[in-house]
Amino acid sequence: MSAAPALPDEPAPDGAAAQPVSGAETDVILRTEGISKRFGAVVALRGIDMHLNRGEVLGLVGDNGAGKSTFVKILCGFQRPDEGRIFVEGQEVEFHAVKDARAVGIETVYQDLALVPQLTVYENLFLNRELTSVGKIGVLSRRRMRHLARQYLDNIKVNMPDLDQEVEMLSGGQRQAVAVARATRLNARILLLDEPLAAMGAKESALIMELVKDLSSQGVSMIVIDHNYAHLFALCDRLNVIQQGRITVDTRVADTSVEELTELMVRSFQRQLLAGQEALGEIAV
Amino acid sequence: MAQAAVTTSDRTPVSPAPPAKAGRGVTPASILGWVIRQREATVIAITILTIIYFSIRTSAIYTVDNTIVTLQYVAPFIVIGAGEVLMLVLAEIDLSAGQVYLTAPWFVYWFWHAGLPVGLAILIALVLSAAIGLVNGLITVWLGVPSLIVTLAMTFGLYGLVLVVSSYTQEQMTWTRGTPPASPVQTPPCHGYPLPASCVHAPSWSHPSPYFYYSNILGIGGWATICWALLVLAVIWFLLKHTRFGVHVTATGGNILAAAEAGIPVQRVKIWCFMIISTVAGWIGILDLIRLGSMDPGDYGLNIVLPPIVAAVVGGTALTGGRATVLGTLIGALFLGILEDGLNLTGVSANYFYLLEGIIILVAMSLNLQLGRFAVRFRR
Repeated sequence: MSAAPALPDEPAPDGAAAQPVSGAETDVILRTEGISKRFGAVVALRGIDMHLNRGEVLGLVGDNGAGKSTFVKILCGFQRPDEGRIFVEGQEVEFHAVKDARAVGIETVYQDLALVPQLTVYENLFLNRELTSVGKIGVLSRRRMRHLARQYLDNIKVNMPDLDQEVEMLSGGQRQAVAVARATRLNARILLLDEPLAAMGAKESALIMELVKDLSSQGVSMIVIDHNYAHLFALCDRLNVIQQGRITVDTRVADTSVEELTELMVRSFQRQLLAGQEALGEIAV
Repeated sequence: MAQAAVTTSDRTPVSPAPPAKAGRGVTPASILGWVIRQREATVIAITILTIIYFSIRTSAIYTVDNTIVTLQYVAPFIVIGAGEVLMLVLAEIDLSAGQVYLTAPWFVYWFWHAGLPVGLAILIALVLSAAIGLVNGLITVWLGVPSLIVTLAMTFGLYGLVLVVSSYTQEQMTWTRGTPPASPVQTPPCHGYPLPASCVHAPSWSHPSPYFYYSNILGIGGWATICWALLVLAVIWFLLKHTRFGVHVTATGGNILAAAEAGIPVQRVKIWCFMIISTVAGWIGILDLIRLGSMDPGDYGLNIVLPPIVAAVVGGTALTGGRATVLGTLIGALFLGILEDGLNLTGVSANYFYLLEGIIILVAMSLNLQLGRFAVRFRR
């Protein structure tokens, strides 16, 4: 019987996405302080200080094992940090479970995990939030759901000709769009996107990129994890490089280039390699 | 795409009209396409062909008597099949439904024999049927034992229970205690179907027996079972297609991770479905007891549960979960009934019977799959 949640409240004015790197405190929607995590002897994160501005798309770059995914798991409430604090809109929060993160508007979008292939587009959008009539028996109000789904998708400019189509019949990009739309429809203000452009053609990628831009202009903030620099440069406003459990570089996309970033990563990789060889050498001696 | 928005939102929930693509309108080709796209289309076609074949071979198939007998035979298939649809959507299976169908009448008999009123005995039997489903569900969900094994074990267990308690003796349900009324009056048979031997005294409003209720309140004479079967089928169809619960069942079967992520209580959904199929199987078993009036402890549940599963699968329900058609299950059950009845009427030797049935089911199913693949291409 609950009414469909409307768009995220108070969309930020256009241009919010283009805020300077060190945004004013009022515009920081998510901030972490000294997040650390170790698994036994392995130190995954050594004090991550990160901030995310409202309506911003932040890319997380880093090698495998640099701590990206651990960090994201902590942000979405799946794991708890050993140390450190998380602030959402200036208020300190503590996540004991995924639903705690969800309650403050942080949602992770997995392309295939989130949707039921045999249900239609609008049924997926309203999954477990179905609109019903006749009280407790829960008879579906399909017409109302279709209508609101259409309205919402139009709002975030997702082009979905047939809402009655089963998600199984959709392309990868369309599925991603449905998954993202579902998360934001449920008032997610911060989206964590895990490789949103993986295995997508040019047309599909364009669809998702447009969606990400539209959402960020409406005030939804996003953190994107991807290995592909081209994707990150196309999607993000700002990039954070995570190396060995620390944020080593914080730069606006406009201020850097794929080449520069690649070189940076390669150089640090060589440094590590060298350090490793030296360490091995010492052991040998 | 604003146009598309209007047309989709204006469409009623169950849209019988072919969804016309914008600008093309309704053409014979689009109607044909719509028909082929329906998951039940092939099984309907196969059933119609079967009816035509047998009606050419024999005229007996059209008599009211024969229709009633066939439908009474098919009714448990329809009910258990509809329950299995819920199971199959969840990518689970309940093999014990057939044994529950056979055991519920024994529950009624035992409690009635112990001195309880018939109505109360029936109620207790239904509660016990639901409890069997609950146990199936709990073991499947909590201990993670595959439902195939859990319900197979339950089948053995219930079969053994009946054998032990009944001491392997058949029982007649007379519905009367002590001496029957002085002059038993035989009422005329209804719709050509004779009253069971268990109706010792004339059922009337002043001396109502369960059979009296059965034929006058639960349905009209011999049509009672089929009326109930269709009612159960309609309820399960409505549940699956038009309620929140139905969406949750489909979601749980289609992508259990996504369903759980969205906050659907997937375990509870499964347990409910186990309870639903067990309860309806028990109920249709009790109805058949009232109709037939006798019970044989040697009857084995697997013989009864397999045809409904075949009916569901022939009807277009996938064994892999997430996809189901209740209507297809009805047609599938009718197909099996008509096939068996037709083979009987055309005088096929009992020795060839199962051989033929097996071959025909395989052929029908293969056809179904091939046409289904064709339909998917149309659906895109």
